[in-house]
Amino acid sequence: MTVKTLLLTYFALLVLLGVTTGIAYLDSGIPALNTAVALGIAVVKTLLVVLIFMEVRHSSKLIHVFVGAGFFWLALLLALTMNDYLSRGWLATGQ
Amino acid sequence: MSKPFHLEEQYDDLIQQHESASLGMWTFLATEVLFFGGLILAYTVYRFLYHDAFRDGSRQMEVGIGVINTAVLLSSSLSMALAVHAAKLGRGKLVAGLLVLTAFLGAVFLAFKGVEYAGHVRDHKFPGPLFASDKPHPGQLELFYFIYFAATGLHALHLSVGCVVVLVIGWRAWHGRYATGYHSPVEVTGLYWHFIDVVWIFLFPLFYLLGQSS
Repeated sequence: MTVKTLLLTYFALLVLLGVTTGIAYLDSGIPALNTAVALGIAVVKTLLVVLIFMEVRHSSKLIHVFVGAGFFWLALLLALTMNDYLSRGWLATGQ
Repeated sequence: MSKPFHLEEQYDDLIQQHESASLGMWTFLATEVLFFGGLILAYTVYRFLYHDAFRDGSRQMEVGIGVINTAVLLSSSLSMALAVHAAKLGRGKLVAGLLVLTAFLGAVFLAFKGVEYAGHVRDHKFPGPLFASDKPHPGQLELFYFIYFAATGLHALHLSVGCVVVLVIGWRAWHGRYATGYHSPVEVTGLYWHFIDVVWIFLFPLFYLLGQSS
């Protein structure tokens, strides 16, 4: 990991911060699109920090599995809970 | 065979010792993901159920302070990454300087957060008996603020702990406790610090940006 890589990563993160803030005020007409873009940029920023600042890119496979496991369980937590809430109104006999 | 000075007796070599330290921190961070994950789940469910109130909540945030604080925290992460880089080169004094800068930027973040909190309290936005709002769904807006204070408060607590740990490691680096082959404590502290940054990278759009435009 060179100092140049670290500085470039930092500038990329600042640019993404500017982009995500600017886009938040643009009315796309579809609120879900604004949400998706904001969270997509947050994921890209996270990948930059995790892979480069936290050096996961150069870590062992075992570390990759542990990092992946943490985020995988978070995805399960969110996906399965929202699976319930989002689908509650779908059945006429529901609630 | 002579044993390297920094090697604990249960490890074969410094590489194995370093790998164990990193794995231990990542295991802890995986539990932290779920710790904050519970709050993010609560946020997601209530944002879905009380969409309008949460939009009103985002619009009452000081986005300017949020942007500045995000930039401050990203800068602290750069400083931390440079400290780890310097530790690998065995530059103890430089490591100490960069770690002090990291902790200082963390303190700047907390100061801005404190200004923000004071503003919320002044505007009767702290959940509880003093909470007041002229918006259509005050109870739902109070819930937004409850999750906001819980998530950002827990984040600020982690950052406060991080500042203390970073300063202790910095003090040790200044006194030459680490060397080119032995810098695990600096690196593991760095992992914790960057993780706090990642948490904020998500809290910032969730509480400040979503709902600004529509």
